[in-house]
Amino acid sequence: MATYSINDFRTGLKVMLDGDPCNIVENELVKPGKGQAFNRVKLRNLATGRVWDRTFRGSESLEAADVIDRDMEYLYSDGEFWHFMDPESFDQFAADAKAVADAAKWLREQDKCVVTLFNNAPLVVTPPNHVELEVTETDPGLKGDTAQGGTKPATLSTGAVVKVPLFMNVGDVVRVDTRTGEYLGRASKD
Amino acid sequence: MSDSWQPSCSPALLKARAALNHHIREFFSAREVLEVEVPILASTFVTDPFVEPVTAHHTGHTYYLQSSPEYAMKRLLAEYRQCIYALTKVFRAGESGSRHNPEFTMLEWYRVGLDDHQLMTEVGDLVAQLIPELAIHKLSYRQWFYRRWQIDPHEISLAELRVLGKSLIEIDDTGLDKDAWLDLLVTHELEPALPVGLTFVHDFPASQAALARIVNDANGTPVARRFEGYLATAPGNAMELANGYWELTCPNEQRRRFARDIARRSALGLPQYPVDEQLLAALAHGLPDCAGVALGVDRLLMRQQGLSRIGEGLSFEFSRA
Repeated sequence: MATYSINDFRTGLKVMLDGDPCNIVENELVKPGKGQAFNRVKLRNLATGRVWDRTFRGSESLEAADVIDRDMEYLYSDGEFWHFMDPESFDQFAADAKAVADAAKWLREQDKCVVTLFNNAPLVVTPPNHVELEVTETDPGLKGDTAQGGTKPATLSTGAVVKVPLFMNVGDVVRVDTRTGEYLGRASKD
Repeated sequence: MSDSWQPSCSPALLKARAALNHHIREFFSAREVLEVEVPILASTFVTDPFVEPVTAHHTGHTYYLQSSPEYAMKRLLAEYRQCIYALTKVFRAGESGSRHNPEFTMLEWYRVGLDDHQLMTEVGDLVAQLIPELAIHKLSYRQWFYRRWQIDPHEISLAELRVLGKSLIEIDDTGLDKDAWLDLLVTHELEPALPVGLTFVHDFPASQAALARIVNDANGTPVARRFEGYLATAPGNAMELANGYWELTCPNEQRRRFARDIARRSALGLPQYPVDEQLLAALAHGLPDCAGVALGVDRLLMRQQGLSRIGEGLSFEFSRA
């Protein structure tokens, strides 16, 4: 496996640190005029999500992590694993609950998402930034109440619960930002 | 790539830089300090363990783009014994980041007859004219460490310092010496906590004397009469701005410092560069008692104009140069 010297560090590079794959979030040269150069690096541990603040010397190097992001189609869940397919190679991958984590509540069969593979096994599943899902459960809509301000919880077809405006009804399709869980608007039905 | 021909700074910042340069020249003109130009391309280089040159080639020989106008300015001082300043480009290989550009503008000046404390006052005068309502603070390197951790940075052992450092900073510290740990505590902990304004830290550890004279302080500890000025315009944004010395004038001590630097570079496996024998000859001729300081002009512009990256104040940042 390739190694990267600290001077090659840039945002987005994937490296191994203490046995875990990490994504470099930030790299800043710290050097007093007369002193030794250090790099203050923020890395996100891709296995745990934890962000590390580590300091390196310019002479150090880290092994590259065999991590790649691939666009995949979500197939189905068997209760234990979530199954994905690369639409080009038709390779299938099974991700466990740890890899899917919060993405589970946004996954609709046949939707596209990004699966991060570490040593060819799913490490992280990232849903699309925006999804359109049907409301399956919510209090009845208040007719004519399109005024701003009021919201109520609604359960979507994937199980996610989001706050929607009062006028939304069961069967309506909503557009949601998966990064924040926020309602973005009403979408037209398929 | 399509827009990489374009400048990286706005017309307003081009004007701000021109005004800053103009102001600097007016400041020194009023004080009868002579502007000098010295070679940027030279056959020798500094011995500093942690400064690397950008090299150039001319008629089959290697030359070095200077990291500071210091040595040439001291040769002028030795011969003409008058106060001088230079506003010049300098180069440091491998230094690139939000506060570093491999090519940058340095203001360096020497005041005959002044010591480090008098020169700090003058640095404060200059910066106060450029940054409105500037507060000026002053403390010794010992006080800086003592106030935070109740330790004496001159006396503390490497083992004790390492325990403190490891509790605050995640690093593989194999082979880190005491000066490296002190620097890490400065850059990671002390510098970001400095108050808004210009803070002078003086009386550095003797091991970090560089070209400052070493004198016993009130405690009887040999300290370097070296100071650093840190500028903050908002809490947490303090940045090293200036580095000054009550200058070492003794040629024999200078030769020993060169030898020590060279040994340190060798131990660290760093390349060696030709020693400036002409500087040593000038010191043997006699350097007047003086204090000198180098100030990063691009960083001053950054703080004056509220920039977060040094490249924002350059007509073309390094990636476009």
